[in-house]
Amino acid sequence: MWSYEKRLQYPVNINFTNPKLAQVILSQFGGPDGENAAASRYLSQRYAMPYHNVAGILTDIGTEEMAHEEMVATIVHQLTKNLTPEQIEGTPFANYYVDHTTGIYHAAASGVPYTAAYYQSKGDPITDLMEDMAAEQKARTTYDNILRLVHDPEVCDPIRFLREREIVHFQRFGEALRSVQDRLNSKNFYALNPAFDK
Amino acid sequence: MAVYHNALLMRINELSFAMDELRLFLDTHPDCREALAQYNELQRQRMAVVAEYEAKYGPLSSYGNPNCDNWDWGTRPWPWQN
Repeated sequence: MWSYEKRLQYPVNINFTNPKLAQVILSQFGGPDGENAAASRYLSQRYAMPYHNVAGILTDIGTEEMAHEEMVATIVHQLTKNLTPEQIEGTPFANYYVDHTTGIYHAAASGVPYTAAYYQSKGDPITDLMEDMAAEQKARTTYDNILRLVHDPEVCDPIRFLREREIVHFQRFGEALRSVQDRLNSKNFYALNPAFDK
Repeated sequence: MAVYHNALLMRINELSFAMDELRLFLDTHPDCREALAQYNELQRQRMAVVAEYEAKYGPLSSYGNPNCDNWDWGTRPWPWQN
C-alpha cells in the first residue's frame, strides 16, 4: 500500500515557458534512464529479493523514484503551461504537441514511448543490484547532459537536486550489494542464486 | 497567509527530506544509534508541523485529518500547480 502526500519532495516553481527545454527534460520522465523506469525496476525486483534489508532499500528508493517522477512531470508541465501555437511552431516540441497537446506522457526526448524493455528484473540479487547501480549512473549522466543545456536557476535547481539523489542511491545500492555478497560463499559469489537455488 | 502556508510547507519538506535521507542510510546502517536518534527526533518535529499545517489547510496525505465540515482533499491546488 502507498499513501500520497500532497507536496513535491523538492519544490518546483517555474514561471516561464520553454517547449524546447521541456522536450529534453521529458526524457527523465519516460525515457530509457528516466524515473519511471527506475521506480518500476526497483519495485519489481523486490519480490525475488530474499533479504529483508535489501527488499527494504528497493522499496524506499523505488518509492522516492515515484516522487522524482512527479517532480520531473511538474517541471515539464510548468514549462509547457499556457503555450501558444506560435511558441510551439518550429520547435522539436511540435511533434509531441500533435500527439499529446500539453498533456504529460511517458516518452523519451526523442519521442519514443516508454517501454518496460528499459529495465530488467532478473531474479538474481547480484545481477539486479548491479543493474540498479548502473541505472543510477545512467540517470546521473542524463541529468548532467540536461544541465549543460539548462541555464535558468528555476529549472537548474530541482534538476541538481535530482542529480544528487542518483549519487546517494548509487552509494546505498553499493552497500546493499556488499551486504548480499557478505552472505554468500566468499570463494565464489556465483556458486548459487540465493533467490532461486535451495 | 499564502506566504505562511509556503513557509510551513517548506518546513515540512525540509524535515521530510532529512528523514528520507536518514531512512536510506539506516537501511544499510541499521546499528547506527546516532542516525536512529536523529530520525526519531525529526519524526517528532514533523508530526507537530504536519498537525499545524493540516489544521490550517486541510489534509496533507491521503490518511491525513480532514478538519473541516466539507471534504477539502480536492479543493486546494495540487503540488504541480504554481
